[in-house]
Amino acid sequence: MPSGSPRNRRLSALFWLGLLLFNYPLLSLFDVPVIILGVPLLYGYLFGVWLLLIFLLALTARSRPTLPLPDAPRQNDQC
Amino acid sequence: MLNPGVILFVSFAYMGLLFAIAYMGDRLADAGASIISNPYIYSLSLAVYCTAWTYYGSVGLAARHGPHFLPIYLGPTLMSALGWVVLRKIIRISRIHRITSIADFIASRYGKSTVLGGVATLIAVVGVIPYISLQLKAISVSFLILHQYPDIAMPIQFTAAPVFRDTAFYVALLLAVFAVLFGTRHLAATERHEGLVAAIAFESIVKLAACLGVGLYVTYGLYNGFGDILKAAMADPEMSRRLTIPNETGAWVDWGLSIFISMMAVLLLPRQFQVAVVENVNENHLEKAIWFFPLYLFAINLFVLPIALGGDLRFPNGAVDPDTFVLTLPLAEGKTFLALLAYIGGMSAATGMVIVETIALSTMICNDLVMPVLLRPTFLSWYRRADLSHLLLAIRRSSIVLVLLMAYTYFRFIGEFYELVSIGLVSFAAVAQFAPAILGGIFWKGGNRVGALTGLLLGFGVWFYTLVAPSLAQTGFLPMSLITEGPLGIELLKPFALFGLTDFDRIGHAVFWSMLFNVGAYIGVSAFTRATAIEQTQATLFVDVFRYSEEGESAFWRGKASGPDLQSLLERFLGPHRTEKAMRRYARRRHIDWDQTPEADAELVDYAEKQLASVIGSASARVMVASVVKEEPLALPDVMRILDETRQVIAYSRELEKTTSELTAANERLQELDRFKDEFISTVTHELRTPLTSVRALAEILRDNPDLPAAQQEEFAGIIIKESDRLTRLITQVLDIQKIESGQFDWQFGPVNLKEVIQDAVDTTRHLMREKGIDLSLDLPEGKPTVSGDRDRLMQVMVNLISNAVKFSDGGVIAIRLTADPGTVRFEVQDSGIGIRSEDQDIIFNKFQQIRNGGRGRPMGSGLGLAITRRIIQYHGGTITVYSEPGKGATFRVILPAAGAANAPAVPS
Repeated sequence: MPSGSPRNRRLSALFWLGLLLFNYPLLSLFDVPVIILGVPLLYGYLFGVWLLLIFLLALTARSRPTLPLPDAPRQNDQC
Repeated sequence: MLNPGVILFVSFAYMGLLFAIAYMGDRLADAGASIISNPYIYSLSLAVYCTAWTYYGSVGLAARHGPHFLPIYLGPTLMSALGWVVLRKIIRISRIHRITSIADFIASRYGKSTVLGGVATLIAVVGVIPYISLQLKAISVSFLILHQYPDIAMPIQFTAAPVFRDTAFYVALLLAVFAVLFGTRHLAATERHEGLVAAIAFESIVKLAACLGVGLYVTYGLYNGFGDILKAAMADPEMSRRLTIPNETGAWVDWGLSIFISMMAVLLLPRQFQVAVVENVNENHLEKAIWFFPLYLFAINLFVLPIALGGDLRFPNGAVDPDTFVLTLPLAEGKTFLALLAYIGGMSAATGMVIVETIALSTMICNDLVMPVLLRPTFLSWYRRADLSHLLLAIRRSSIVLVLLMAYTYFRFIGEFYELVSIGLVSFAAVAQFAPAILGGIFWKGGNRVGALTGLLLGFGVWFYTLVAPSLAQTGFLPMSLITEGPLGIELLKPFALFGLTDFDRIGHAVFWSMLFNVGAYIGVSAFTRATAIEQTQATLFVDVFRYSEEGESAFWRGKASGPDLQSLLERFLGPHRTEKAMRRYARRRHIDWDQTPEADAELVDYAEKQLASVIGSASARVMVASVVKEEPLALPDVMRILDETRQVIAYSRELEKTTSELTAANERLQELDRFKDEFISTVTHELRTPLTSVRALAEILRDNPDLPAAQQEEFAGIIIKESDRLTRLITQVLDIQKIESGQFDWQFGPVNLKEVIQDAVDTTRHLMREKGIDLSLDLPEGKPTVSGDRDRLMQVMVNLISNAVKFSDGGVIAIRLTADPGTVRFEVQDSGIGIRSEDQDIIFNKFQQIRNGGRGRPMGSGLGLAITRRIIQYHGGTITVYSEPGKGATFRVILPAAGAANAPAVPS
């Protein structure tokens, strides 16, 4: 994936992190019929990683570049 | 409470509410207050991704196959992370090129190809119609379940009712009305459907609320929390097994492929493209959407597992279809109000999807399927001057109705054979076929039209063969032997086990093969075929979209059109009012007076094409604009000019390279000269110091010893005079060479008789020869060999050469010869001295290159004599060469042009 601004790079990195955590083989390590803290391990893992990823996405997406974006919104340009 | 009247009333009341919200949204937008220009509304509209399939089907999938419902939401979460990179790029491209659908995007990227647009539209329609029918089925089933209350019985015979008594039919009609009203209010598809988006966002809230409501009730009303359900479920080995993924290679690949196709689907489903790209108000809304949308997906899935387990526990042995647990669980407990809420939630999920999907499909059908046919020259002549904007609207509206009718028909004939999830995934696999053409198209300039077309067709073909053909067989349209024995009994071609691959489930199997063929053909064919000029232009504009400024960069049109022609063309599709507005805006931006502009330049033509593209799609727009533009788009001379420019650039860069290397060489030479200068100075100082030291030492002796014998005093004084002479000579030489080299030497040119010069030189040096006992042999010709030159300098040359010969000889003979050849005069000085080694012969003419003769101590001479000699000779247009063998003497030969010869130096004025 192309990388440009730091934010693009960070978001792409989160994508790869998510892809790894949500797939074989890491996922298979949690694929055991065990209940931990009242939740099946696999579900706990998936939902936990999911929430963590969303949290990280929110943090990363919020970090505004110091300079104003060159592609500022162009509204009212439609007919 | 749940009699049909109430259910129908609630249903229509809900639809009425939607109409009201959409109407309000449009009114507000007309008044200039956009309620959808808000990142959260945008994110909620993206949640149109969650359909009835999510709402009912996820629970069904969880109950049947465990965690396999999750990849469908994990994929979009991952795609969200890439949203800022991928989706923003698509949004930007679509805004600049006025792209309004997936098919248009593909057509525009690959050279505004009508064929590609048509193929993409067909794939979208064939792939998505089952998905729409799935929503109708969900509405129909949920209605029937409420209707049957208090019975909760399966199977539900929903197709038994005749069409005119089928709720789904009326729902379909109502949705068509909604889509027509709020989806085709105006013509330009780029104009956002504010009311529609507002209604979709509202529906997203309703379905989430209903889903959470049912989930909370099941978890905490029916059971004492999730732990309670889990404890009960774990008691059943069959159910506890479903809490994990079977640990097989195939299952993991299926899991990964599910994530992949849902990633593609969230980007490429027509309705997702519609809400995420076309309806996007502001790119920066993505900033919030990339985490808010996944959060929504997270929330809507939170209670899927408890509901699935709760349903399984409540209705053991598959008495009730798990797809209906959301509805049947509250019903079974007599919670009719909650059941009604759940029903509304399901309906909101289904209607939102149907509305947006049909509008998106109708845009595609109109712009990429109907328009290209309608705009053929033969048809076009029939309605040459007619206003086509009404026709366009009519086409859009009828295609909405058509799509819904097709979906309903599919539902009546085939839909009942499938559980919710499998139909949805089939559609996902279909739209994933767009992925190579679109994602490849925005990141890789090499992809071309033929490659994209081949990839799409092959991918779609494999998809059809591995997913649709078997379903046709299962429903009896094709023989069952296709699945069990393969076509014509060829085992390797069995649609569920293509080429013998059996490790994956049906979807994974189809996705793998179709993507393999699709991507392979896209890359392979693109690599081996040539793209046309317009394809290359579009490729660059798409891939480098952020590099080019907002608009007016494409300027593919080289031709001009008359202003009125262009205006009337726009009027036919946009109507006079909007055309006027668009043109005025253009004129304002470019600071020109529109009424005073009879000629439309390339930029205006491009602008007009984009305006047109927003209404009839890029491919058709191009055809239409071509009909009024006089010249060929990018005629041969233009291509040649572009090529020429490229060639010039290459030439410039070559020249630059050459200059660089020349500069490098010059620099090296400079450094070398610098080094020579240093050596020169150090040699000169050395040469100056030696005589000075001896002069000083002898002078001191004379001063300190006044009583020295007179003979010795005379000897010392003689040495002092000799050394002073040497010093003077050296300084003169240094000054000479410096003057010659810097071009400041004052040459006194005139006719010179060389014979006289030689005589004089011999007279000057005769005493030197006599001192060393050297014999002289003079061989001078008759007549007067004359050259044009500076007499004194030539004299200097002669003296130099003779004294050199003397210097390196001990006795022997020095022969001096002068020969007058036609045009040239040759002059040789031959000695019988020590000679010069061949490796030294080249360097003796350099400054201060004194030959170090092994064991003969300090070299004699300043090392400047020959250097000066050569420079003088060269200045006279002559050459000097040396022939020698060590121990056998040396011969210096000077050749000068005779006076009046062509190459004689002109006498400087």
